[in-house]
Amino acid sequence: MTAQRHPMHAHGVGTALETAGAWLLALLWILPLAYAVWAAFHPPEFATRFTPLAPLTLENFRKAWNAAPFARYFVNTVILVTMILAAQLVLCTLAAYAFARYAFFGREVMFMLVLVQLMVMPDVLIVQNYRTMAQLGLIDTIVAIGLPYMASAFGIFLLRQTFKTVPKELDEAARVEGANGLQVLLKVYVPLARPVYIAYALVSISYHWNNFLWPLIVTNTVGSRTLTVGLQVFSSGDQGIDWSIITAATLMTSAPLLLAFLIFQRQFVQSFMRAGIR
Amino acid sequence: MLKRLLRGTAALAAAALFCGPALAQDVQVSFYYPVAVGGPITKIIDGLAADFEKDHPGIKIKPIYSGTYQESIVKALTAVKSGEPPVLSVLLSTDMFTLIDEDAIADWTSVATSAGDKAWMNSFYPAFMENSRTGGKTWGIPFQRSTIVLYWNKELFKQAGLNPDHPPANWEQQLEYARKLTRRDASGNTTQWGIEVPSSGFPYWLFQGFTTQNDVLLMNPEGTRTYFDKPAVIQALQYWVDLARKDKVMPPGIIDWGTTPKDFFERKTAMMWTTTGNLTNVKANAKFDFGVAMLPAGKRRGSPTGGGNFYLFKKSTPQQQAAALKFVKWITSPERAAQWGIETGYVAVRPDAWQTPTMKKYVAGFPAASVARDQLKYAVAELSTHDNQRVTKVLNDALQAALTGAKTPAQAMHDAQSEANRLLQPYRH
Amino acid sequence: MRRFDVQLHGWLLVLPAAVLLAVFTHYPALATLWHSFYSTPRAGRASVWVGLGNYRSMAKDPVFWQVLRNNLWYALGTIPASIGLALLMAVWVNGKLRGRAFLRLAYFTPTVLPMIAVANIWLFFYTPGYGLLEQITVGLLGLPSHNWLGSPDTVLGCLMVVAIWKDAGFFMIFYLAALQSIPPVLAEAAAIEGAGRLYYFRRVVFPLLMPTTLFVLVNAVINSFRLVDHIIVMTKGGPDNASALLLYYIYDVAFKFWDSGYASALTMVLLAILAAAAIMQFAVLEKRTHYQ
Repeated sequence: MTAQRHPMHAHGVGTALETAGAWLLALLWILPLAYAVWAAFHPPEFATRFTPLAPLTLENFRKAWNAAPFARYFVNTVILVTMILAAQLVLCTLAAYAFARYAFFGREVMFMLVLVQLMVMPDVLIVQNYRTMAQLGLIDTIVAIGLPYMASAFGIFLLRQTFKTVPKELDEAARVEGANGLQVLLKVYVPLARPVYIAYALVSISYHWNNFLWPLIVTNTVGSRTLTVGLQVFSSGDQGIDWSIITAATLMTSAPLLLAFLIFQRQFVQSFMRAGIR
Repeated sequence: MLKRLLRGTAALAAAALFCGPALAQDVQVSFYYPVAVGGPITKIIDGLAADFEKDHPGIKIKPIYSGTYQESIVKALTAVKSGEPPVLSVLLSTDMFTLIDEDAIADWTSVATSAGDKAWMNSFYPAFMENSRTGGKTWGIPFQRSTIVLYWNKELFKQAGLNPDHPPANWEQQLEYARKLTRRDASGNTTQWGIEVPSSGFPYWLFQGFTTQNDVLLMNPEGTRTYFDKPAVIQALQYWVDLARKDKVMPPGIIDWGTTPKDFFERKTAMMWTTTGNLTNVKANAKFDFGVAMLPAGKRRGSPTGGGNFYLFKKSTPQQQAAALKFVKWITSPERAAQWGIETGYVAVRPDAWQTPTMKKYVAGFPAASVARDQLKYAVAELSTHDNQRVTKVLNDALQAALTGAKTPAQAMHDAQSEANRLLQPYRH
Repeated sequence: MRRFDVQLHGWLLVLPAAVLLAVFTHYPALATLWHSFYSTPRAGRASVWVGLGNYRSMAKDPVFWQVLRNNLWYALGTIPASIGLALLMAVWVNGKLRGRAFLRLAYFTPTVLPMIAVANIWLFFYTPGYGLLEQITVGLLGLPSHNWLGSPDTVLGCLMVVAIWKDAGFFMIFYLAALQSIPPVLAEAAAIEGAGRLYYFRRVVFPLLMPTTLFVLVNAVINSFRLVDHIIVMTKGGPDNASALLLYYIYDVAFKFWDSGYASALTMVLLAILAAAAIMQFAVLEKRTHYQ
């Protein structure tokens, strides 16, 4: 079957139009990033003027770097995101396994209670959760930012769905060989759910990398502050907006993720193919 | 004589022995500091804290950068309600009633008891003390205060045939100059506006400029009553609204506070109202000759004050409070107040700071720096009432409704007044 | 396995997640409901039972109704658009167009940039006069200038554009994976039958994508109520509450006005909306999803 006859793909004039459309949209989409690059590398006078031969400068990066300890914020955010993901993977796997394969008393009710979190997100319960964190003495720690999210109803739901599709024969075969519950989980279920884990990881990482309101409320000092909260220092001041510095800070802090995506995009997409998010 | 000396020494020794262990442990004074002027300020604060610690061993100052003014009051109150509040905090002067209502702060008068302390508390500009005192007690110590000032582009004045060294002195001139400074292109689009008075976020502050100039106050000193629908207030709003909607010398709709300085640098507007705290920024970024002036007079000159005070939090030990007092006295000494004013553009908060050699030299080289200080004699308290945030929001919403044409000024102010009345009712005894 | 073991192990496996959920979801939700029936404590006045008092104030509060309206329009504006665009992008990236790698990268970059940062960039785009949008509409096309963020009519739409821009690329990834896992035999069969593109898409592809669509829908609904960062940076809810959303109003009431009773009542409304949305989605999900 040739590409020309594939029903999903355009051919002839259609291709040209579609290509043009796709490219136009892509250019629109990348415009903010492109602007960020322009403004970050040019002096403030040129932040709003797009004269082609304007002088380049690294001064904005220097100022942005000195304005706040971004290296520390970056480290905090990486620790946070990793910690949340690790906890989610463990907790959700265990819980999903129980829901999928253990007929324990009160299972259905328990599952309903878990699903409640799909609508009652920690983001909405900021006032109460802050009080709880204060009582636990965890204010201004990275753990405090992550704790409400570690048990993820979304993760449990996805994994339960996935585990349920694992053929029982594989389970029984492993048990016949003498594996106990946890070993079956690790040797049979987890490997088969790998694509789901990767898909879920992407959702989790991007969510928590970008999260702002809760980290803002729960952190006070540099020791626990995340990138988003740190970037906020540029957002509003008496001095007004300085796009040169904001964009420099944005580029500095987003560069690692952007590069990671650039390098790993093929892997990402391929693993989603087998994700079974369907 | 010798006996007395010996007895005194013994007493001292005993005291030292008792207090020794206590003194050996440093007193921690944490304070929330809102960075409203951009990044490098945190370094200045850190430097000041280090200098203080050098001169005062046994006290550790811990500045905690807590975001904007808005975020800082949120953090401070959240910490008071369920956590570890700081000992000190720099918060808006208008937060005073809220902090008192939430039982968060201690009054300085109870801590600053010596004669020297009392003299120190009286050494600040009275205009700044208006938002710092109530019920006969002092609750805030001025630190980074400001007023609104008018910046104007001298080049554009020249282009429009106006005297570049003569800013508008009153409302009529402001309008007349703005008319001359507004330019349109062939298709009717305005390429240059005469004036911009920002109206996003906290339009009430800019509005107080207009109302003070129209010789009317927006609230009573006790913070229990507002006067939003007095005819003079509505008149002031009408003047502001007309600038955009009738006279067309100001951009229509809501003008963003953050982009107004940028508009000025880009020559999109020839005049702008904004805080004196922007002075250093304007000086650095305006690539043309500019001037700074007091706001034009209506029936009189006037501007609200703005900015932050030092507040002392209740949930702190007496040692911490004493240490905090030392720090605040130290940082508001004339030399340091002057230095702070020079580096940030805020108004040095006490008259003797302006007499220091550093400040005199600075003003000689940059006269614009003294404009805000000169305006202080016409300045009034910033809008501050009980349930301050809510009442302020009511006014902000009404102002924005009038400026976008959704309501007439009279309607907007009447609605605001009845809502504010309802909110303040419980606070009137 | 012995029955007792099943019970014990089942509960032990669920326990860690259950504890965290109880502490950070169920307890706060109930506490919020509880607090919504009490007045806000102020210095000198303790908190008292007011029953439905907070809800009555809410019904009389014009700002609440405005905010609710805004959020519903906002959801209506962003959810279909971001999902639709995501699907379109996925189709394009999946096809044989030139420069697919660049397209994929371009569509996905918004996900990597925090909203707090890009909101400032968008603020520049919308600035009247020298903002990027006006440089084109006014400078190149000669249209009249407009205060995009400063007019009540256009401000919400502008924020919607920002939200769609942020989310579409993220959803695209899921559609892309789903598209690539459609067995090629289906396309061949359709080609043999002479089916047109639209027909193939409507009758074959779209139904197969339904689970992905529902997955993405859940995310989109949550985001339309949860993401208020751009409001904080760009408009602060103005002008006159034209761009305020429910969570933003809750944040204001809870952390600016310190009105915990009223904030709790507002939170319950938000929870009710999310519950309704979730129930609807899961009812449909259970019906349409088929496990293989």
